[in-house]
Amino acid sequence: MATTPPSTAAGRAAFADATASDATLRRFLHGLPGVDAVGLEARAAALGTRSIKTTAKAYALDLAISMIDLTTLEGADTAGKVRALGTKAVHPDPTDPETPKVAAVCVYPDMVATAKQAVGGSGVKVASVATAFPAGRAALEVKLADVRDAVAAGADEIDMVIDRGAFLSGRYLKVYEEIAAVKQASGAARLKVIFETGELSTYDNIRRASWLGMIAGADFIKTSTGKVAVNATPANTLLMLQAVRDFRTQTGVQVGVKPAGGIRTAKDAVKFLVLVNETAGGDWLDNHWFRFGASSLLNDLLMQRQKLSTGRYSGPDYVTVD
Amino acid sequence: MNTPLSSSAFEYAPAPESRSLVDIAPSYGLFIDGEFTEAADGKVFKTVSPSSEEVLSEVSRAGAADVDRAVAAARRAFASWSALPGAERAKYLFRIARIIQERSRELAVLESLDNGKPIKETRDTDLPLVAAHFFYYAGWADKLEHAGFGAAPRPLGVAGQVIPWNFPLLMLAWKIAPALATGNTVVLKPAETTPLSALFFADICRQAGLPRGVVNILTGYGDTGGALVAHEDVNKVAFTGSTAVGKQIARTVAGTDKKLTLELGGKGANIVFDDAPLDQAVEGIVTGIFFNQGQVCCAGSRLLVQESVEEELLDALKSRLSTLRLGDPLDKNTDIGAINSAEQLARITSLADRGEAEGAERWTADCPLPSAGYWFAPTLFTKVTQAHTVARDEIFGPVLSVLTFRTPEEAVAKANNSAYGLSAGIWTEKGSRILAVAERLRAGVIWANTFNKFDPTSPFGGYKESGYGREGGRHGLEAYLDV
Amino acid sequence: MSDKSAKAPQKPAKPGRSAKAAKKDQPGTGAGTATAPARPGRLAVFKTYKLYVGGKFPRSESGRVYEVTDSEDQWLANAPRASRKDARDAVVAARKAFGGWAGKTAYNRGQILYRVAEMLEGRREQFTEEVAAAEGLSRAAAAEVVDAAVDRWVWYAGWTDKVAQIVGGGNPVAGPFFNLSSPEPTGVVTVLAPQESSLLGLVSVLAPVIATGNTAVLVASEKAPLPALSLAEVLATSDLPGGVVNILSGRTEELAGPLAAHQDVNALDLTGAEDPQLAKALEVAAADNLKRVLRPGTDGDWHADPGTHRLTAFLETKTVWHPTGSLGASGSAY
Repeated sequence: MATTPPSTAAGRAAFADATASDATLRRFLHGLPGVDAVGLEARAAALGTRSIKTTAKAYALDLAISMIDLTTLEGADTAGKVRALGTKAVHPDPTDPETPKVAAVCVYPDMVATAKQAVGGSGVKVASVATAFPAGRAALEVKLADVRDAVAAGADEIDMVIDRGAFLSGRYLKVYEEIAAVKQASGAARLKVIFETGELSTYDNIRRASWLGMIAGADFIKTSTGKVAVNATPANTLLMLQAVRDFRTQTGVQVGVKPAGGIRTAKDAVKFLVLVNETAGGDWLDNHWFRFGASSLLNDLLMQRQKLSTGRYSGPDYVTVD
Repeated sequence: MNTPLSSSAFEYAPAPESRSLVDIAPSYGLFIDGEFTEAADGKVFKTVSPSSEEVLSEVSRAGAADVDRAVAAARRAFASWSALPGAERAKYLFRIARIIQERSRELAVLESLDNGKPIKETRDTDLPLVAAHFFYYAGWADKLEHAGFGAAPRPLGVAGQVIPWNFPLLMLAWKIAPALATGNTVVLKPAETTPLSALFFADICRQAGLPRGVVNILTGYGDTGGALVAHEDVNKVAFTGSTAVGKQIARTVAGTDKKLTLELGGKGANIVFDDAPLDQAVEGIVTGIFFNQGQVCCAGSRLLVQESVEEELLDALKSRLSTLRLGDPLDKNTDIGAINSAEQLARITSLADRGEAEGAERWTADCPLPSAGYWFAPTLFTKVTQAHTVARDEIFGPVLSVLTFRTPEEAVAKANNSAYGLSAGIWTEKGSRILAVAERLRAGVIWANTFNKFDPTSPFGGYKESGYGREGGRHGLEAYLDV
Repeated sequence: MSDKSAKAPQKPAKPGRSAKAAKKDQPGTGAGTATAPARPGRLAVFKTYKLYVGGKFPRSESGRVYEVTDSEDQWLANAPRASRKDARDAVVAARKAFGGWAGKTAYNRGQILYRVAEMLEGRREQFTEEVAAAEGLSRAAAAEVVDAAVDRWVWYAGWTDKVAQIVGGGNPVAGPFFNLSSPEPTGVVTVLAPQESSLLGLVSVLAPVIATGNTAVLVASEKAPLPALSLAEVLATSDLPGGVVNILSGRTEELAGPLAAHQDVNALDLTGAEDPQLAKALEVAAADNLKRVLRPGTDGDWHADPGTHRLTAFLETKTVWHPTGSLGASGSAY
């Protein structure tokens, strides 16, 4: 039940004063409520104890599959690898045509065209990382060219990285302007803004980055590149879900959330869905508003799904290796 | 039963813990001198499950003669128990701690059935704390001369202990573990609505090989407790429960040599400043007043919120409360279980009605209640002032009174304006304010940027009419030593 | 008004008894106050003994006094016979002083208690006279008592900034929390001073109460209140804020009843309640607001090492929790 977001321009216009200068932006971001790390993690852990069984589990597994951005972001990626991924995205479980398709495949810009071909008219989206992913260490023009290239090749979604160096040194306006520029360059493609939460390190920073990204025009806020030690965690995702919830309350604009990296089991994925359900709420329980950036997660979801339908535990030989 | 308060696409299917984990006998006797025995006058009473009103078992109702027998057994056991080397007493307590860990799921299910609290809490809070408490005090048994109470501190003798129904097994642990570690023997009376876990504990004592008479369990009503605390051969009285009964016990032991500790009621203030970590504050408020259905002496039952964030906080709180899941205590996803008894439900209902009658604004989560059992939906009162009954009386239920303040001075003044002084909460990101406010609050336990945390090493107890003495930590030894 | 006090004439109107007292206290110092040897035949100036409430020296609001005699039943002075209203005023004064006194640094309280010792030392002669008269001791024995009382103030002066380290501390909870227990004063403490030991016993029960930051309403020994009333003069000149110690003389039972029942008193030291029935009745009354009660105990020998039990008897333990957690987001490498 994807809903069309209200005019983002109107909702976000309220922040014109905040984004007037580095100083005002800093004041705004530092005025957001603080985050107590222990309390946040305790809440995430408590939600992790929800027991999702039978019908609820069936619903959650299918929902999780439908939310996957099936990802390959390797230097060794080839057209063959991407085609295999695209096929898997459309037909995750060849033995059961009822299995939902994943949300998107996520590749580097030079693989976008191949991926588009592989998913064909299935409805599976193609997302491309861009902006000198994963470090983001390039001139703005280079990053924008990266984005335009991906969009031109047919990317439906752009996953950009923020300039963590600028963020950590307090140059929030630079980060803001870069996101805004990328948003413009993305055109009709939906923009996911990756914070690399493992590098921002503190929860206060993650909350600030979330608001900064949302003000600047993010359609999604995303935890991580999957390329650093700490990627998506229940706590940082919970925090970002609080941010999108509060942002919608304040502006009427709904923004999606994408935890990425490190979510490998169905059990973990279901816990994230519980976080969504009890924090942002049912409006986000749709792949238009919530995604998992993952690769190996899909097979575990498929094995669990088989177990639910047959009553037997499945094994890795009964899902496809791509 | 397990209906979420707001509908969403993601409906959690029932996930009940298995009732068959626990085998409840149709009847239980009193545990005296290592054996189960009927009451001298043969009286019994029934214990029901508050979530279904199903009769769980029939237990003996101890009278004065049984109190005599139990105290005599404890007295006989005292000589050898207190003479045992501390290291040996320690090993008994370690055994008990381990057996509790082994049987913790069984005990968690039992406690949820008899008390009505969610399995999530008995499993994740009560039982781990019970085992930890025995483990902690076990280690003290052979180290008492290092505890700061003199070179050779002596036990007092026979401890008469009366505990409430809100944390039946945990309160038992808080009473029995330090008493045994210090070399006392005990006669313990659990509450009449929750006698079962104490009787199962008797079986754990048997499994641990605890010498007979060291622990005696007398089930019964207030008259049993009254006879126990008044018994002339009891040397130490420890009570957790209402302030009214605590005062009565203080009068009873007046003029005797009995050492007394009391852990009584509270009306904890949870103070939220405008620079608080709001999401965590909301969780802390929820934990503060809805943990164990608010049937907690240290509950944060008064929310004091700075006026500048009142609206924002209350909106967030209300939407959070709408996600609470009320229902079957054995369902693993239940957040709010049953009220412990019809009597308690009547008290909560009447105080809430009074709050409304006095003009406070009542808000209740839209929450279908099961038809059988005793239930009360999470409730907020806003526009509460210091003069409202709901701001002064301990409700002991899932009812939060919301008051506002403008300055830290006002917050402290309002927080302290109570006959109680058990707990308080402070929510602010400003470190110096935490310390300044904590120093001025007249309460025994202060949670800053957290709430309702417990640990065996951490002393717990109140100021003013919340009682005296401390349980937990090194401090908790003092109540059971001749110092 | 009752018994003798109603009819109590002014001191000079009791020539017989005062003459005896004067004779005993040669050379003519009169009751209580030691002074330099007077001219032969000079008439001594008597001291009017008063209560000590809120840093002031009022007479009893009742206007009553009672006769205080020495161990041989010789008249020493008329002491004010405080009423329940005086007790009430004393509680108000003690409550008013509590925040400021408890809020002082422990070091500062120690300095003030040490100052009390200094002031008492300076009045050694006066107190020796008074204690000798009150307790029927020889001058030498009385002097020893006074010395011990001075030393006791010094002992407690040194305790003020140590007791928190003895009874408080960090608790190693099993979770990401900083957890600290510290002692705090209970509040307003009513102290029934020992009946037999008019100065050393008195100091031994009073000093630990205020050392930890409590304020006190002290009911002096009924039979021998004069050293207590004179101690007020020491306290008043020792930088001790008014109201921290309030001293009442009179009938112990009459004063203790309302104090034990007073809802703004937090604790009760029953040391001076010698009659077990009285002690029990007071403890029962104290239960109404759950006062902390120190029962009449075994402190027979006031010269013995006082230990710490009186210091800790009127302390509350406050435990404060705060989350700690990691420096960075969960699981980070920091």
